[in-house]
Amino acid sequence: MTQLKFKDNVFTVSAGDTVLDTLLEQGHAIPNSCRAGACQSCVMQVTKGNVPENSQKGLKDSQKAKGFFLACSCSPKEDIDIQLVDTEQLRISASVSEINKLSDDVIGLKIKVTDEFEYRAGQYVTLWKDAHLGRSYSIASLPEKSEELCFHIRHVQDGQFSGWVHNELQVGDALSVQGPAGDCFYTSGHPEQNLLLIGTGTGLAPLYGIIHDALKQGHTGEIHLLHGALNPTGLYLTDELMKLAQQHSNVIYHPCVINAEKSTIRNLTEGDISKIALETVPQPKGWKSFLCGDEELVKTLKKKIFLAGSNMNDIYADPFIQSK
Amino acid sequence: MTTLFERIGGEAAVDAAVDIFYRKVLSDDRVNGFFDDVDMEAQAAKQKGFLTMVFGGPNNYTGKDMREGHKNLVANGLNDSHVDAIVELLGETLKELGVADSDIAEIAGIANGARDDVLNR
Repeated sequence: MTQLKFKDNVFTVSAGDTVLDTLLEQGHAIPNSCRAGACQSCVMQVTKGNVPENSQKGLKDSQKAKGFFLACSCSPKEDIDIQLVDTEQLRISASVSEINKLSDDVIGLKIKVTDEFEYRAGQYVTLWKDAHLGRSYSIASLPEKSEELCFHIRHVQDGQFSGWVHNELQVGDALSVQGPAGDCFYTSGHPEQNLLLIGTGTGLAPLYGIIHDALKQGHTGEIHLLHGALNPTGLYLTDELMKLAQQHSNVIYHPCVINAEKSTIRNLTEGDISKIALETVPQPKGWKSFLCGDEELVKTLKKKIFLAGSNMNDIYADPFIQSK
Repeated sequence: MTTLFERIGGEAAVDAAVDIFYRKVLSDDRVNGFFDDVDMEAQAAKQKGFLTMVFGGPNNYTGKDMREGHKNLVANGLNDSHVDAIVELLGETLKELGVADSDIAEIAGIANGARDDVLNR
């Protein structure tokens, strides 16, 4: 059991509990979203004592040096004094420049940031409606191509943020951006390596960014893109991706659904995407894989691809964690 | 006189062994049930620590760590047969990598030396 000092109060953190659990229990309003160490909404600062290394995962070195840590993944091993961080300084403001419908429940959102913003296609940021409501989304655009950041946002049932984006947000509206984070992006140096990109739902967003990044950097190896959904209406950007595959002989696009219904999408494969993936690439040894989307599926795929012979270091996984 | 760790190739040997070994562990129905819900990257890092130890390399493992780390698994049925399976898979991994039989025996000896701590007895 360790003690936590916050705003001149001392609290006891029970074994296994996190700083976030403890503060919320005590009635303090701490911004938070994913509670899984990804969105960085709950970033706080330690002013006395040390926090476990895992609670600083994904933060910039300069932030770590200042004692920043994520309250949701911090189970302190010693007594600590902590304070809130002025999150305004971590966010930059942006305005909506374009909204277009990609499918029944997915919209493409383009925003323009007011400051210089460095990122890699495939990384994610947390978008903030206001000081309290934020959600993480992967970046589908390339930094070199335009000043706009592009996201694919699915309308989650009862989702606070996605509901706002789908129902209320208009071109010209303001929001703010925090990040980027994540290591799911294309790295140069092996242009001949074959790539296996698998995404479900809006897991396509980071892959869309990665595939364009790879092509821009002159990738010569095969690039297989598997996009999965329950049924054909869940797929989007199909025409554009088919065109991309026609323009680049090393790009192969595999639209996949559990139930094909009476779809006319060309080359549509019906079945479990993890099965289709290993039928497409039975021996992934030497391949680099990017897996994005549904948390359980990403976990399953990661294991299957590793067991089929891929190096663990060649598998990049970006599981989408649903906020409560 | 070279040490075991130097003979088998040091840290590079650990790196070469970890994926092969972990793949064998996850594919083996005798033991893979214990790894169903673990985070693969975190587990691979632990396997690396384990391999470094049994290869006679620099490590910070203590008997206490071994006991703590396996306590819950012992409560869930971890026993000698599972340790035997792990030592066997370790041997197969090393054979694939071309490690000499005498060195494999020495490594198995170090792994077996941790048996009582792992099984919390």
